Amino acid sequence: MSARTINFTLNGQAVTTAIEPHHNLVELLQRFDLFGARESCGQGLCGCCTVLVDDKAVSGCLYFALWVDGKIVTTVEHLDAGGALSNVQQAFIAAGAFQCGFCTPGFVMMAHQLLKQHPDPSDDDIRHYFSGNLCRCAAYPEIIEAVKLAAKAAM
Amino acid sequence: MNQVGRNIPRLEVRAKVTGRADYTHNLRVPGMLYGKVFRSTVPHGRIRSIDTQAARELPGVHRVVTGEDIRKLIPEPYYGPAFHDQPILALDKVRYVGEPVAAVLASDPHVADQAVQLIAAEYDELPAVYDEVAAMQPDTLVHDVLRPAGTFADLKHLQGRKGTNVALDYHLRRGDVDKAFASAARVIEHTFKTQQCLHLPLEPHVAIAEPGDDRLTIYTSNQTPSFVRIEIARLFGWPENRVRVKIPYLGGGFGSKVYVKLEALVAALSMLVRRPVKIALTMEEQFYMITKHPTTFRIKSGVDKEGRVTARSCEVYWNGGAYADIGPRVTQKSGFTAAGPYDIENVSIDSYALYTNRTPAGALRGFGVPQLVWAYESHTDLIARELGIDPVEFRRKNLLRNGRPQASGTVLQDAAIAEVLDVLVGRIGWSAPFDRGVGTMRRGRGIAIGFKASISPTTSVAIVNVSADGSIYLYKSTVDMGQGSDTAFAQIVGEVLDVKAEDVRVVAPDTDVTPYDMGTLGSRSLFHMGTAIRLAAEDARAKLRALATEAGLPEGTNYPPAEIFKKRYGMQAGNIIGTASYVPSYKSPDLQTGLSDNVTPFWMVGGAAAEVEVDTETGHVRVLRLINAADCGKPINPGVARTQLSGAAVMQLGFTMSEAMQLDGGQVTNASLADYKIPGIGDIPPMENELVAAEQHSGPFGAKGLGESGTFGVSPAIANAIHDAIGVRIVELPITAEAVLRALRAKDGRPLDDE
Repeated sequence: MSARTINFTLNGQAVTTAIEPHHNLVELLQRFDLFGARESCGQGLCGCCTVLVDDKAVSGCLYFALWVDGKIVTTVEHLDAGGALSNVQQAFIAAGAFQCGFCTPGFVMMAHQLLKQHPDPSDDDIRHYFSGNLCRCAAYPEIIEAVKLAAKAAM
Repeated sequence: MNQVGRNIPRLEVRAKVTGRADYTHNLRVPGMLYGKVFRSTVPHGRIRSIDTQAARELPGVHRVVTGEDIRKLIPEPYYGPAFHDQPILALDKVRYVGEPVAAVLASDPHVADQAVQLIAAEYDELPAVYDEVAAMQPDTLVHDVLRPAGTFADLKHLQGRKGTNVALDYHLRRGDVDKAFASAARVIEHTFKTQQCLHLPLEPHVAIAEPGDDRLTIYTSNQTPSFVRIEIARLFGWPENRVRVKIPYLGGGFGSKVYVKLEALVAALSMLVRRPVKIALTMEEQFYMITKHPTTFRIKSGVDKEGRVTARSCEVYWNGGAYADIGPRVTQKSGFTAAGPYDIENVSIDSYALYTNRTPAGALRGFGVPQLVWAYESHTDLIARELGIDPVEFRRKNLLRNGRPQASGTVLQDAAIAEVLDVLVGRIGWSAPFDRGVGTMRRGRGIAIGFKASISPTTSVAIVNVSADGSIYLYKSTVDMGQGSDTAFAQIVGEVLDVKAEDVRVVAPDTDVTPYDMGTLGSRSLFHMGTAIRLAAEDARAKLRALATEAGLPEGTNYPPAEIFKKRYGMQAGNIIGTASYVPSYKSPDLQTGLSDNVTPFWMVGGAAAEVEVDTETGHVRVLRLINAADCGKPINPGVARTQLSGAAVMQLGFTMSEAMQLDGGQVTNASLADYKIPGIGDIPPMENELVAAEQHSGPFGAKGLGESGTFGVSPAIANAIHDAIGVRIVELPITAEAVLRALRAKDGRPLDDE
């Protein structure tokens, strides 16, 4: 299979790379030493590989790398680009919303999208948004608390 | 400075929320090849041929390796913590579907994957055995001969045993159960079963081996770095110092990453090709790595007229799958608590570890105890109901209390069993009026408590290094897989040396640097390693004082360490190294009676109370409230401790309500997160989590382990609540809607047809 050249914006920077058509977005990001999006279930069910493409959360394990050509890709590593953690990241720390931390970038990215669409989410909104994110350490009660904290901080 | 008891966030929080925390998953080594595994498609068979030609010829494939290739490198390529029974790649026979048979190496993992599809193996199929009770008969033998490791003195008698699937049998005899049954007012017997399920950490197993000139470095997602070093060195016939094991954070473990998992395979492959090799399992492949024991538990109790249990006999069959892993330890270590936290004069326990043709089973958050509590707390509830005694009152009447001997003969100390029960009863409002629902929606409540002995004999070693500016390093081989051990240990060091926990540098496990530890398992780290660390910090403190004296500083004054170093060495130079090891006293159970008066350094206690609503038309069960309580002594970090309690309970909720590996002809048919349902955010009931006021006097600052305690009571509390709601008893996990509906219909005399 032959590689194709793609151009996209990665965490605010224009980049060019050659990628093979069967590679997914997680593999593409690893090429740029970005490991926060993690392939776990490989089926788009656990949310560990969540990244934003044109500001929309996608499962990196099911998203072909070629598809980001011309698009804007934002990963968890970009959230503290200015030096400070985002509201969501701070709230995840304050609420103790993780244990092993493997799923955390996925939850954090999804929380950003949730708060953009629902600045003051109800418990049901939160549960609905995270139905595609799994946490085997089961820090779910703390995650709900973290999202509410982040919402409060943003208001 | 008061560091113990502080609710500080985990030390590594920033790295985790920014996605920058180190996991083996992230790691790449120059020149690295990716390995992919070709697996058995039959549950039991002799290998007739393995055709690797097409795979070898695929462009980009570096090498295809079979068990015979590995045998040329390592003459006895069998590993395991209790038995040396597991071949690195299958030799002569395969014993379960999914067993590694060959491996492909390539620079591109997709090429390796494609090449695996081109391998073809032929087998002469043998009859298979899947059920633990059936495996008691030697009709189908999974192994021709038992191969216990020399590590455990009490397994030596099993060496060379033939004609059996019983890897270990443990027997306990206390008093005279037969006599007590004969004189009991009532004798009540039940059988309970649990299913095969698995840990499923979201970071699947992953390991890299990198060969050097005369040594090997292994980077791995593993809970037991010291054991991996020793076992890999043994396989190669090397001294320990030729193997280096480095472990970053783990993306969950739960017992799946103890002892050797992928490490022997990557080590052998990398030595064969003299290049670094990485293998990362897929989620599906985790179903072929390690699981939780299915069990059958026959339990029988004799009760006197006053409602006191006078005798209990327990027969527990542990389905260990094709390789023993740590199953024989589970059989014995958990086996002796099979009669439950009750004060019973006459007890007999027979606990059997069995080989079958399934994915191997090991330790999963509780080391077998959740399977036992499921049975004895369901049974206890049933006895109370049959006798017409309130289940809580019945438990209180029979409860094992501090100062009384447990079945093994070891006297119970610092075990807040009564206090955990009191908290559950109080929180659920056991004696308050309760809305039992109407029509087809019925409500009920249930309570269950359990206890567990800690692992022993066991050793932990710690090093505390004070550098010349007074900043501190802690070296330990405990693996932080999310439980917060790094943070708790920093708090212990901070408490002793009067520094902020956040300022202590906790060094990640690296066997070239960090000293021996038996392993991060069985909730042992906080007690065992925590004690070693407290002692090492005290050693450093004493040495600092001695250094001050040596430097001519007057005694009785507290000088900052930096000043002491400067005074002694004339500049910012030097180190103080505090060291300690901790080995609690232990007496191995007598081989005949199973008794020991010193069987554990501490007891863990946990319990749950549940309120459920059952839809009698569909069998659907909704958990309305789940209350979890545990005794962790005096918590070092109450916030982190509470999340451990809650997380463990939710994990057990999954094993209770939904999780089950489905087998068809030995093949797992639901090996994915799509078909094997772990709890998601929508499955979490309203929960309350309470750490009861307690103290472990022998623990570091009164603390003890907690990682497993939250699992103990959940399953039986829910089954007891269902019984309370609809008068139907579920005796097998998981409690699916179908299982409840079948039980309801059977009770009504309208049984559903079998599938």
